[in-house]
Amino acid sequence: MAVDVRVIERSDLSALLVALREAGYEVIAPVPGDGSIDYDVVTGDGERPAGFSDEQGPGAYRLKMCDHELLFDFAAGASSWKKFLFPPSLTLFSAQRRQRSFEVLPGTADPPPRAFLGVRACDLAAIDIQDKIFLGGAFVDPSYRQRRKDVFIVAVNCTRAGGSCFCASMGTGPRVSAGFDLALTELKIGERHCFTAEPGSDRGEAVLARLGSPPAGPALEAEARSASARCAASMARQMVTDGLRDLLVQNQEHPRWRDVASRCLACANCTLVCPTCFCATVQDVTDLAGERAERIRVWDSCFSAEHSHLHGASVRRTTRSRYRQWMTHKLAYWIDQFGTSGCVGCGRCITWCPAGIDITEEAAAIRAGGATTTAPNSGG
Amino acid sequence: MARLRKPKLAVWKFSSCDGCQLSLLDCESELLAVAGAIDIANFPEASRAVTGGPYDLSLVEGSITTPHDAERIHRVRRLSRFLVSIGACATAGGIQALRNFKDVRDFTAMVYARPEYIDTLARSTPIADHVPVDFELRGCPISKAQLLEVASAFLNSRRPNVPTYSVCMECKRKGATCVLVASTTPCLGPVTQAGCGALCPSYHRGCYGCFGPMENANTDSLNQRWQALGASAADLVLAYRTFNACAPAFRDAAAGLDAERRP
Repeated sequence: MAVDVRVIERSDLSALLVALREAGYEVIAPVPGDGSIDYDVVTGDGERPAGFSDEQGPGAYRLKMCDHELLFDFAAGASSWKKFLFPPSLTLFSAQRRQRSFEVLPGTADPPPRAFLGVRACDLAAIDIQDKIFLGGAFVDPSYRQRRKDVFIVAVNCTRAGGSCFCASMGTGPRVSAGFDLALTELKIGERHCFTAEPGSDRGEAVLARLGSPPAGPALEAEARSASARCAASMARQMVTDGLRDLLVQNQEHPRWRDVASRCLACANCTLVCPTCFCATVQDVTDLAGERAERIRVWDSCFSAEHSHLHGASVRRTTRSRYRQWMTHKLAYWIDQFGTSGCVGCGRCITWCPAGIDITEEAAAIRAGGATTTAPNSGG
Repeated sequence: MARLRKPKLAVWKFSSCDGCQLSLLDCESELLAVAGAIDIANFPEASRAVTGGPYDLSLVEGSITTPHDAERIHRVRRLSRFLVSIGACATAGGIQALRNFKDVRDFTAMVYARPEYIDTLARSTPIADHVPVDFELRGCPISKAQLLEVASAFLNSRRPNVPTYSVCMECKRKGATCVLVASTTPCLGPVTQAGCGALCPSYHRGCYGCFGPMENANTDSLNQRWQALGASAADLVLAYRTFNACAPAFRDAAAGLDAERRP
């Protein structure tokens, strides 16, 4: 059955946000944060900031204002939806001493049902991957399940590729195909500024029915599709994925690992901005009186020594071994573990690397063979 | 829980500004809990009432810069079951370790009317260069939260949660936008140990490296990035030679740059 795509005029978009709020969701949407696009809870009339765009490249990000008044002309910022589903810090439980025993108290409270507005195709793919990690298999993460279960997803198809984007080559974007409740495409045709709105679920259909949005019609639908196609075609960066798993597995001693280690800061930025990286460490915190204890889960990274600390020492002491672990896990062993690459092509690790290391370039260098330079000051 | 005996705490000062030991008094709302859990036996900044040693926990602030202090630290060690050095002075020699790059007599001659009265060592050195140290708590000044964490870990016989990774981890966890990437502000965060809660980057300033080098710091790579932003080798030398000038990774980075700029 063909999906009934509607059109929402620019002036009616705030009505969508208000409708979602009235349906009981806390609406979270992109906001021009502190020098970068962030995500925050929408309050007030639902009106969205217009005209924001960005310039991105290896180790470089600029948030900028444009005259075009588009609402979604930016690519991924440092933040991702990960912080709402897998929070940077989460109290798992606390314990209070009661005479000779102790009482276990709940940890961080679960949030209300949420609507994510403006989920890009890469990030939707990332959520799908984290679903496999936290909800698939024998051990389900209860806090992730609780945070994930009612999320209403309003996806936004990308119509402009960011400078670090390579989703097209990872097969995740720039257009969403499944896993959303509504998918919008922002269009500006002459003076008309509107969104095509494709329902992806009964919930999405119900919201559109409530808004009374008219059918988009074949012309707008075709324009939306070609806007995504133009975006894909303009994407300058790409990851060659053919045989990538085997390539990395078979090149554990490639000289490029030493070369990248000479540039890698082991600062962990790439892993924390990655929307699929899921490593955490658990800390037990006690008060001075020994009356109260908390178990806290915080984001960790395979670039820290503590992450691989086993039996008195770290087993990955060099940056070379840590970078190799990260990249081979992400692009190779992830496939064995979860049935999918861990990379969605969002480009965050490229943009937010202070040293400007480009994962697509590193993969290409390994593919190119052994004729790479070896830096003298390598960490490994 | 009523412990059999409250552990005795002593706070010792060597060459320092007192800022780190004052962070114990800065604990404000937690101070009563500290006093409740610990017998503050020797802390002249807080009380003139001094109880003799031995002490269960000694917090040692400051670096060793005089022959007298080089002797005194051994007595402190003998009196202490656990010895924790606190702050950049005690863990890396502090700002006064800038003397280590020059002849200290040139400074005393410049500053004092009668330099012959000044009895000082040629170098400012961290506590661990003189006696075994059980834990080093970094920072200029130390973080109040980390101090409480170390005290609490000590009281509860557990390992302190004091990470050795970069300041970047703290920026990303709190959602602070990277000043280096988004506004080309020179920042030492990618080579500096976490602990401050990413204080400066949260206020759009680059990191000054107050907590010293992180584990596995790659200063060569960060230098290249700074230089691409227009920083000179001299700018970088100044950046590394501040509060933790003699922490090995920062000392070596500055020495390398120094050699580079005057071949």
